[in-house]
Amino acid sequence: MSSILLPEPNADILARRDAIIADLKSLVGGEAVVSDEDGRRAFETDGLTAYRKMPLAVVLPQSTEEVSAVLRYCHRNGIKVVARGAGTSLCGGALPAEDAIVVGVSKMNRVLEIDYTNRTAVVQTGITNLAISGAVGKEGFFYAPDPSSQLACTLAGNLAMNSGGAHCLKYGVTTNNVLGLKMVLMDGEIIEIGGPYLDSPGYDLLGLIVGSEGQFGIITEATVRILRAAEHARPMLLGFESSEAAGACVSAIIGSGIIPVAIEYMDKPAIEVCEAFAKAGYPLDVEALLIVEVEGSNEEIEDLLARLVKIAEPFKPRTVKVSGSPAESAKIWKGRKSAFGAIGRISEYYCMDGTIPLKQLPHVLTRISEICGSHGLKVANIFHAGDGNLHPLILYNANDPVEVEKAERAGADILKLCVEVGGCLTGEHGVGIEKRDLMRHQFSETDLLVQMRIKSVFDPDWLLNPAKVFPLAERVMLDRVA
Amino acid sequence: MGVSGTVRPATEWELSSLVAAATERGKPIEVMGAGTKRSVGRPVQAALTISTTGLRGITLYEPTELVMSAQAGTPLADVEAQLATRGQMLPFEPIDLGAVLGEAAGRGTIGAVFATNLSGARRVATGAARDHLLGVRAVNGRGEAFKSGGRVMKNVTGYDVARGLAGSWGTLAIMTEVTFKVVPRPEETATLVLSGLTDDLATEVMCQALGTPFEVSGAVHLPQVMVSRLRTPEVRDIGKPVTALRIENLADFVRYRCDKLREHLAPYGKAEVLGNDVSRAFWDEMRQLSVLQADDRPLWRISTKPTSGHKVVEAIRQYMPVDAFYDWSGGLIWLEVPVSADAGASDIRRVIAQYGGHATLVRADQAVRAAIDVFQPLEPGTERLSRGIKAAFDPAGVLNPGRMYALS
Repeated sequence: MSSILLPEPNADILARRDAIIADLKSLVGGEAVVSDEDGRRAFETDGLTAYRKMPLAVVLPQSTEEVSAVLRYCHRNGIKVVARGAGTSLCGGALPAEDAIVVGVSKMNRVLEIDYTNRTAVVQTGITNLAISGAVGKEGFFYAPDPSSQLACTLAGNLAMNSGGAHCLKYGVTTNNVLGLKMVLMDGEIIEIGGPYLDSPGYDLLGLIVGSEGQFGIITEATVRILRAAEHARPMLLGFESSEAAGACVSAIIGSGIIPVAIEYMDKPAIEVCEAFAKAGYPLDVEALLIVEVEGSNEEIEDLLARLVKIAEPFKPRTVKVSGSPAESAKIWKGRKSAFGAIGRISEYYCMDGTIPLKQLPHVLTRISEICGSHGLKVANIFHAGDGNLHPLILYNANDPVEVEKAERAGADILKLCVEVGGCLTGEHGVGIEKRDLMRHQFSETDLLVQMRIKSVFDPDWLLNPAKVFPLAERVMLDRVA
Repeated sequence: MGVSGTVRPATEWELSSLVAAATERGKPIEVMGAGTKRSVGRPVQAALTISTTGLRGITLYEPTELVMSAQAGTPLADVEAQLATRGQMLPFEPIDLGAVLGEAAGRGTIGAVFATNLSGARRVATGAARDHLLGVRAVNGRGEAFKSGGRVMKNVTGYDVARGLAGSWGTLAIMTEVTFKVVPRPEETATLVLSGLTDDLATEVMCQALGTPFEVSGAVHLPQVMVSRLRTPEVRDIGKPVTALRIENLADFVRYRCDKLREHLAPYGKAEVLGNDVSRAFWDEMRQLSVLQADDRPLWRISTKPTSGHKVVEAIRQYMPVDAFYDWSGGLIWLEVPVSADAGASDIRRVIAQYGGHATLVRADQAVRAAIDVFQPLEPGTERLSRGIKAAFDPAGVLNPGRMYALS
């Protein structure tokens, strides 16, 4: 994939590379600066691996003050900066640029404070998502947002993209679970917003910053909500003969007043691959599978599952299978959470992330298979059905440039379809470079201007995470009319 | 200019034309919905008042997708009545400031709920108004109509401008349509009541309860003087300070959870359990803030760390006699203070600086509100950003100038 244009690097910055590296080393010490080719190679791409750019240098600071020193220096010298967590972005959100410094927060990964009484934790943002739950799990607490990459991805990246996960139907996404931030602005200023209380004074800067894709500043610490986990949780499998039946069943469940903690949907191609990989006990004779999880005491769970079975009845499920043990539950989730990896073992794939109104599901699935079919490509669909977030995985041969381009074109058509039916381009992965040029399909020129003016407040010179989120031409427009 | 001089545009286009014209002439605009919260904030000097009440109607409701859109001027009461027909509700239980501001209750608009981020007791469990805002259409101070977000639950396409407008009190843009998440109304509500606890013990109880797996969806503590103002006799007649914990779910689940929670809190005393009807009446009173008095005394809203709440109140008591009740497990304080030239602001802010958090003067005489900071003064870094954001949306400073801060 290579059709997305990236700006020409600034030759002047490239020419000053040796001096810049020497300056950075004097600021944060030689250990924290990666400048050799092999070292930098590890940072040249993210989860969108078709795009690669060797950064000018990589800095891995140990403290907020070091981040501040680096940003102040880059600001004074007009050097662009790309912030990086674990580099798991699927939209090229962490893709470097040849004339930019990568500032990675991975060494800042400590838990600073856990307060069970007030149900908050203060952590450095290089911590992985799962490590937060790990740190509070022994007391029965957890950090709610759970993106599939949670073993690897950092809180910093989650904050940048406002990440979701399978369980956000009940618990919300990142923005609903963060109470405070410490952030370094591009000019080096350190600001603190919010804290261990449920709202912050003044404008909702927290709301604006979460999801700003690393373009407003580098967040080094966060105060997050931790929640007491339910007594127990148990998933069940419901298999259906059609996507229509499965979609209607999801509507019936939500319409009944029961909000399960998760409702996940997989189509036949996804089921087959995941079952082969995880041996989760998924039925292979159905067109659509729902994983529905409920929480509570064991008696409550029995009661809820019985109600769900009854709600599902009119849609003639071919499979109704309640997990019989924690081990079986773990397998069921392993199958779902390793879907991307499992499919990756049989083919290269391009993972889309649109959101649609639920009742459009059958229409959208039909159109997706038509779109991919017209390009001669196969597709598997994974769907957070409870909240409408759809992940079509377009399978393609990465060694065939023609097929690569077809996959990219099919992906763009699918996202446009999501917008047409009332949804959006991205539910949880972010815009990055991948969806940058599709933004005009969802937003008017004014809508984009309103967003870009906010960017200019935080980073007037547009040095942070350049060439992402907005079509390149829009930036020119901002200068003209702002 | 009084309410009679208020303009009520009927379309977004009409609204944006009005704003564009005012901006061109540098004419300030007072922005409001029904005007029930007009007396909150620093007084706005404006030649023109724009009300959104001409923009009215629910434009989308998909109960099985838990989403509703409504024009900003739609009465909150209409929204809630429509949701009730399908057994649903707003997840964040917006408080009604009407009574404490000397206005009629139940007259606010849905747009104003989000513009002021009004959230009630359920916030501890399910989030604030801002957490459930999925999308907006709005007109900024340049007269530009724009949208942000959309109608789907999960959406990270572009910056989260909608959330940025939540709680901005009409100073950045005038919302014309809001889209928000809704939830099923629980089948049954019960309330565990402990009586006679001191503020610090009550805080312990509330925080412990929220740290259990039983999904407590409200945790308030009322001092005796406020208990005596309740209309719900079953609670009023307790005649002692009351600590109330709400459990909501299917009826069988509620029974089980109340038993478990009562067991858990046994060291603090024997908890009474209020049934469904009494519970709903009680929590409705919390939503109306009926334990506060509709008099001239200044009323503060303080947000702090739950375990600091009672310490903040105790510290303020060193300077003045106050009546206070606690919501959000101790982290939200509603504080009535004696009438004075600054409504106690300098002492209260000094205490807040020590414990962390922020304070808003919700009710005070116009002269007091003109003289002091009504909203928590900002740190230099956030003030600079806030000034920039105000200028990005409203460079001429025409929308509700000075209502929150003197930013332009």
